[in-house]
Amino acid sequence: MSSEMTAAHGHADAHHGPAKGIMRWITTTNHKDIGTLYLVFSLIMLFVGGAMAMVIRSELAEPGLQVVDPAFFNEMMTLHGLIMIFGVLMPALVGFANWMVPMQIGAPDMALPRLNNWSFWLLVAGMTMLISTLVMPGGAPAMGWTMYAPQVEQTPYAFPFMIFAVHLMGISSILGSINIISTILNLRAPDMKLLKMPLFVWTWFVTAFLLIAIMPVLAGGVTMLLFDRFFGTSFFNAAGGGSPILWQHVFWFFGHPEVYVMILPAFGIISEVIPTFSRKPLFGYTAMVYATASIAFVSFVVWAHHMFTSGMPTAAELFFMYSTMFIAIPTGIKIFNWVATMWRGSLTFETPMLFAIGFLFLFTIGGFSGVMLALVPADLQYHNSYFVVAHFHYVLVGGTLMALFAGVYYWLPKWTGHMYNEALGKWHFWLSVISFNVLFFPQHFLGLAGMPRRVPDYALQFADLNLLSSIGGFVFGVTQLIFLYNVIRTVYRGKKATDRVWEGAHGLEWTVPSPAPYHTFEDAPDVP
Amino acid sequence: MRKWSLVRWAGVIAGLAAAPGAWAADWNMPKGVTPVSHQTYELHMFAIWMMVGIAVVVFGAMTWSIIFHRRSRRPEASQFHENLKFEVAWTIAPFLILVALAIPSTLVLLKVQNYHHAQLRIRITGYQWLWKYEYLSPAAKPLYGFYSRIALASEERMNLDSKKSPWTDKHYLQDVNHPLVVPTHEKVLLLITSGDVIHSWWVPDFGEKQDAIPGFVTQMWINVDKPGVYRGVCNQICGAGHAYMPIVVVAKPKTEFDQWLHSHERGAQPVAVNTVKSAPALVAEGSK
Repeated sequence: MSSEMTAAHGHADAHHGPAKGIMRWITTTNHKDIGTLYLVFSLIMLFVGGAMAMVIRSELAEPGLQVVDPAFFNEMMTLHGLIMIFGVLMPALVGFANWMVPMQIGAPDMALPRLNNWSFWLLVAGMTMLISTLVMPGGAPAMGWTMYAPQVEQTPYAFPFMIFAVHLMGISSILGSINIISTILNLRAPDMKLLKMPLFVWTWFVTAFLLIAIMPVLAGGVTMLLFDRFFGTSFFNAAGGGSPILWQHVFWFFGHPEVYVMILPAFGIISEVIPTFSRKPLFGYTAMVYATASIAFVSFVVWAHHMFTSGMPTAAELFFMYSTMFIAIPTGIKIFNWVATMWRGSLTFETPMLFAIGFLFLFTIGGFSGVMLALVPADLQYHNSYFVVAHFHYVLVGGTLMALFAGVYYWLPKWTGHMYNEALGKWHFWLSVISFNVLFFPQHFLGLAGMPRRVPDYALQFADLNLLSSIGGFVFGVTQLIFLYNVIRTVYRGKKATDRVWEGAHGLEWTVPSPAPYHTFEDAPDVP
Repeated sequence: MRKWSLVRWAGVIAGLAAAPGAWAADWNMPKGVTPVSHQTYELHMFAIWMMVGIAVVVFGAMTWSIIFHRRSRRPEASQFHENLKFEVAWTIAPFLILVALAIPSTLVLLKVQNYHHAQLRIRITGYQWLWKYEYLSPAAKPLYGFYSRIALASEERMNLDSKKSPWTDKHYLQDVNHPLVVPTHEKVLLLITSGDVIHSWWVPDFGEKQDAIPGFVTQMWINVDKPGVYRGVCNQICGAGHAYMPIVVVAKPKTEFDQWLHSHERGAQPVAVNTVKSAPALVAEGSK
C-alpha cells in the first residue's frame, strides 16, 4: 500500500503537481489546498471577529461608556456575530470537509474541483464586502445578525452591500454543499458502503442537505428586504400591508437549521476523536447516524421558538415548544453514546481528547439551557436576555469551536507531517476552558437578573459579573494566540509524525503518509 | 475563651453558608409580584433542578470514566460498541423527563395567555427611544396618556464625554421622567405596539415580556400583588438608543391609583397624547 502510494505520488508530481507561487492558491482545484485555504481563512477571521469581541467586552467591563459609542458598539456586535458564523465556524467546518471527506471515503478529490475553488473565492469576496461596510458613511450594519425588519432598513449605505455579501456567501455555501453531496454519493471507494462511512462524513452529508434547503430561503428573504428598501414593495412594512413578523419567520426558517449546520459536523469531529483516544469503537454507530438525521429533520419545524414573545397564538406556541423539546432526545442520544464510548475504554488525554471532553461538558451545559429556553413561559423571561447569550456561546464556542480545536490538533499531524507541541496544546486547552467559563457562566445569572442582550451599557447592579465576564473574555482572547503560535510552529517544524499518528486511530486517512501527499487514493483503496 | 472562639467560628461559617443564598437570590430569576411571575419562577426552578439532576448523572458517568478508565488503570480497553437496550433506555428516559417539563409549561402558558376579564387596559407604544403609555376607557378611547423617557440623571452620565460617573446615580439607566402607574390587585391588560421599529416591553418582576411590533398589538396581563416600584428595560435591539429606554412602573393601591388617574383626567390637558406642541411652547417648557 505504502509503496503504491509513493509511486502514485511521484506520478502526480510529474504531471499535475501544485502550481508555483501565489497562483497555486488562487487557481488550485486540489481538495487539500482548498481545505487549507478555508482553514487559514477561518483562522484569520477568528482573530478579526475575536478582536470585535474584545471591543465589546471592553465597553461592557464597567457601567457607563468608556471605549466606543453605542452606534459603533452595535456595529461591532453585528459584525462579530456575522463573522463568527459565516467567516469562522462554517468555513472551518467546510475546510475540514475538504480535507477529510475525500480522504475518509477513499476518493482522489472532491467531485467538482473547479466549483470547489469558486466556492472558496466567493466566500472571500462576500466576507470582504461585508467587512468593508465598516468604512462606509454611516458605518456597518448595526441591528444584530438577525437583521430584523423594519430596523434593518435604517441601515445607511451598508444596506445593499450587506445583502449582496449574504448572497455571495449563500451561493458559496450552496455550491460547496452540492460538491460534498456529489463527492459522498459518487466517489466512495467500492467497499465504502454508506453505513460504513465515518461519522464525520455522515454528519457533513446531512449538513449539506440542510444548507441546500435553507440558504435559498435566506437569499429570498434578504432579496425581499432589498425590494422593500429600493423598489417600493412592502413585504415587511406594516404601513404598506406587510408584516415585520414575516421576516422573522423567513429568517428563522433559515436561522434555526443554520445552528445545526454549525453543530452537526462538530458532532462528527467529536465522534472521530473520542473513539481514538478511548481505544474503543464508537458506541452505537447506527444510532448516531439516525440521531443526526432526525436532528436535521426536526430542525425544520422548530424555528418559531425564537419568536415566543412575538404574540403567537397559543396553539403555535405549544407546537414549537414541543417540537423544540423533542430535539433534546436525539441530541441526548449522541451525548449518551459518546459517554458510553469512553466507558471502560483505555483513555489517554492528548490535546484533541481534552478538547473533545471539554466539548462534552460545555455543549451539554448549552443543551441544558436550551431545554429551559424551550419552555415557553420561562422563555418569556429568558428571551433576549444575557441568559440567551450564555446559552448560544456554550453551544457554539463551548461546542463547535472546542470541536474545531479538537479536530485541528487531531488531524494537524496528518496535514503537516509534524506533531504539534503537546505542552502548548495543554496550556491552550486549560486556559481556554477555564477562561471560557469565567467569561460565559456569569452571563446566565446576568440574564436571569434582568440584563438584556445587545446593550452597550447597563444598570449598576450588573457591574460585578460583567467585569468578571470581561476578564474571562480577555484571557480567552489572549489564549487563542497560543493556538496560533502552536499551529504556525507545527507547520514549519516539530517532531516528524508517523503515518498513523495516534495508536487508536482507524480510518483510511491514517493509511496514507504524513504529511498526506498532494494526491491520495488515485486508485481506490481497500476498505477494511 | 475557647467558647467565644467557637461561637465566632460558628458565626463565620453560618455567614459563609448564608452569603451564597443571598447572592443566589440576587442572581436568579425574580419571584416577582404577579401570578404569572410566581408560576414562571416555580417552573424555572423545577427546570433547573431537573437539569442539575441530569447533569449529576451524565457528568458523573463522564468523570468516573475519566478517573477510572484511563490507560494507567485499564491498559486494555473493552471492545463493546452497541447495546440496543441501552439505546432504547436513553431514548425513553429523556422523553419522560421532557413530558414532566412539558405538562407544567403548558399549564402555565394557558394561564399566561388568559387575557379575559381585565379591569383596566393600558396601551403601550414603543418609539426610538422612549415609551408612550395611554389609559384606555372601556370604549378604547385614551383617557390619559404620556411619554416616558430616560431620567435626566442618567442622561447626564451615559455618554462617552459625560463628566459625571454612573456610580453617582442610584438608578442609572433605570429611571424615567414619568413612570407608568398601575393599581394593585386588579387585572390590568397591557396592549403593546410600536410606532417605528420592534421593541420589547420587559419588567422581570411581572414575569414576562412581549414584543412591541409596528402594525401588531401583543398583549400581556398583570395583577400586581404588592405596591412598589418595578423597573425594566427595552429587550429588543432597536438602534443606538436601545439601552436608553428604561421602564418604571409604580404600583399603587386601587384607591390611590383612582385618585391619581382622576386628577390627571380632569387636568387642563385631558389627553396629552399625540399633540404637537408649537415651537414657542416647547421653548417655554424647556426653559422652565
